[in-house]
Amino acid sequence: MSQTVTETKHISQKTDQYQGHDYYGVDALLSEDHLLARDAVRDWVKKEVSPIIEDYSNRAECPYHLFKGLADIGAFGPSIPEEYGGGGMDEIAYGVIMQELERGDSGVRSMASVQGSLVMYPIYRFGSEEQKRKYLPKLGSGEFIGCFGLTEPDHGSNPSGMVTNIKDDGDHVILNGAKMWITNSPVADIAVVWAKDEEGAIRGVIVEKGMKGFSAPEIHGKWSLRASITGELVFEDVRVPKANILPNVKGLKGPLSCLSKARYGIAWGAIGAALDCYDSALRYSLEREQFGKPIGGFQLTQKKLAEMITEITKAQLLTWRLGTLANDGKATPAQISMAKRNNVHMALEIAREARQIHGGMGITNEYPIMRHMMNLETVLTYEGTHDIHLLITGMDVTGINAFK
Amino acid sequence: MKLLVCISKTPETTAKISFSDDGTSFNSDGVQFIMNPYDEWYALVRAVELAESNGGEVTVLHVGESSSDIIIRKALSIGAHKAARVDAVPTSSMFVATQIVNYVKNNPQDIVFFGKETIDYNGAEVGSMVSEMLDLPYISFASKLEKQGDVFHCDRDIEGGIQTVELSPPFAISAAKGMAEQRIPNMKAIMMSKRKPLEVLEPFQVDEKVSISQYNLPPSKSGVKLIDADNMEELVRLLKDVEKVL
Ligand SMILES: Cc1cc2nc3c(=O)[nH]c(=O)nc-3n(C[C@H](O)[C@H](O)[C@H](O)COP(=O)(O)OP(=O)(O)OC[C@H]3O[C@@H](n4cnc5c(N)ncnc54)[C@H](O)[C@@H]3O)c2cc1C
Repeated sequence: MSQTVTETKHISQKTDQYQGHDYYGVDALLSEDHLLARDAVRDWVKKEVSPIIEDYSNRAECPYHLFKGLADIGAFGPSIPEEYGGGGMDEIAYGVIMQELERGDSGVRSMASVQGSLVMYPIYRFGSEEQKRKYLPKLGSGEFIGCFGLTEPDHGSNPSGMVTNIKDDGDHVILNGAKMWITNSPVADIAVVWAKDEEGAIRGVIVEKGMKGFSAPEIHGKWSLRASITGELVFEDVRVPKANILPNVKGLKGPLSCLSKARYGIAWGAIGAALDCYDSALRYSLEREQFGKPIGGFQLTQKKLAEMITEITKAQLLTWRLGTLANDGKATPAQISMAKRNNVHMALEIAREARQIHGGMGITNEYPIMRHMMNLETVLTYEGTHDIHLLITGMDVTGINAFK
Repeated sequence: MKLLVCISKTPETTAKISFSDDGTSFNSDGVQFIMNPYDEWYALVRAVELAESNGGEVTVLHVGESSSDIIIRKALSIGAHKAARVDAVPTSSMFVATQIVNYVKNNPQDIVFFGKETIDYNGAEVGSMVSEMLDLPYISFASKLEKQGDVFHCDRDIEGGIQTVELSPPFAISAAKGMAEQRIPNMKAIMMSKRKPLEVLEPFQVDEKVSISQYNLPPSKSGVKLIDADNMEELVRLLKDVEKVL
């Protein structure tokens, strides 16, 4: 009984007063589609995510029911054509959707990023017509959950060193190896797995839940992205039909092009987390009084707030430009790296400053700050670490590879 | 069944309200506009639900300039089938009501929906003006609308209770909280709304009988002063010397 009461209290603890911030009038650069998409997802997050997220995050449990809601609102593969279960929208629409989802929670945004950019996108881009018809509508409608297996226990930043492999066996291949840190893996119906063939070329393989020798144990004890489920993928002589191999890509280009798509979404998503922290800090600074006036009236608080909105504004313009390039098919992976790295780091810094503005209250789950801050530690590392993206920019401007 | 939903535009609820220096016009600089929540959450959604379950066509009608098109598209995304916009600044309730009347005369409707009021000027006038001019029965502040056979049952919120009325189309109704739940459009509906027709109409001339002479902001609220329960003297002093009410 008392447990039920605490739970109800947690679930209805506060209303989400979030408001967007647009210091440079960037909204004027957005189309009606973008604004309608953004506002719809913002409303959805306020209704479905904000009231429950602190509780799920606190209990380190994934709000599975949101998969259906994300599918219904159209957050899975919004820029994939409608006939394949996507939304037929442009890249900026995809960006603003990710921004609003991550404003709610990076874990919820991750659910959508993985499904759309890392599972639907490779099947759409590299799959056979049959694969597209078989999987995409089910993924788009949330009937199937997908996951993306690239990272291995011994190969994170260096995926080309992967040891997961496939061997020819008539009209099947035999898959062996293990993947680590895989978002959604324990609940996934299908996994897009990257493995080396006998010539050493990286191939994409669609592995289905229930295939003999395939398991996906959950990874416990995360202090970050607690509302997102993460696990391993273990393959012990799994016989996969050759029809499940993505026919139209060979080499690291396959997974990397998916990552480009997801990183692009993260560059936008991080702005959402930053905006939520700033929004909360700004409101708190005007309500909280010390020494007889609102703490927002002290120069040191103003410095924090002014720097936050300056960095957010720069990031908004950066992603808008990146989105415009992406719509023209001209955004390079290196440009995407720059935006991912800059914006995630910016958001993490803002979360830390916002935490200070909230004083002691900032460490509790009465405010979203610590949750964002902890989430962003993952976002800083996954999809290419902060330092790896720096090396990509370094290599791009000097032409010299500093990775090895 | 033909259902018309009249939608208006209003500053977003947290907008900072200010007026021109001479106090005769609202300063809309930097203000975000939204669809009036009573029109959107209750009237439009209920009309769409009725059309979904009984068949029918929902048209949204708006009096305003092209800057309102995004609000109309939102209404189409929520489920209206088509839209019409009378291309004019909505200067007064009478002006807007006259445009709606003109539209309904040319496009007869079974039910004309309004929100119970627009949350900017809170006039709650347009619905009653329209029904008077069209000689339609009018149910105001309705929190429920159900169709049973050919008749409609609706609940009206009245002081301390609920009044239930029964009537047949055509009629006009203004929607209050409770008539429906918010509907959030999904991405497909947003994309589809682009393909729905939006007709732009010339305004009908109206002799304005009312003009606005002045806007004033309410006096800013001063903080609450707490006085210790034992300190009667201080309370009397404040009431007498400061507030001058004794
Ligand atoms: C919650 C969560 C979810 C994830 N979801 C997925 C998923 O769905 N699918 C998937 O495939 N992966 C996923 N990942 C894995 C993620 O992409 C990897 O963690 C990331 O690529 C880093 O790999 P690593 O953890 O092995 O770190 P390492 O590669 O071991 O890096 C450790 C440190 O060394 C640095 N470093 C490495 N190489 C260099 C170098 N050449 N020069 C300078 N510094 C270097 C890194 O920058 C980092 O600071 C997820 C991770 C997390 C935490």
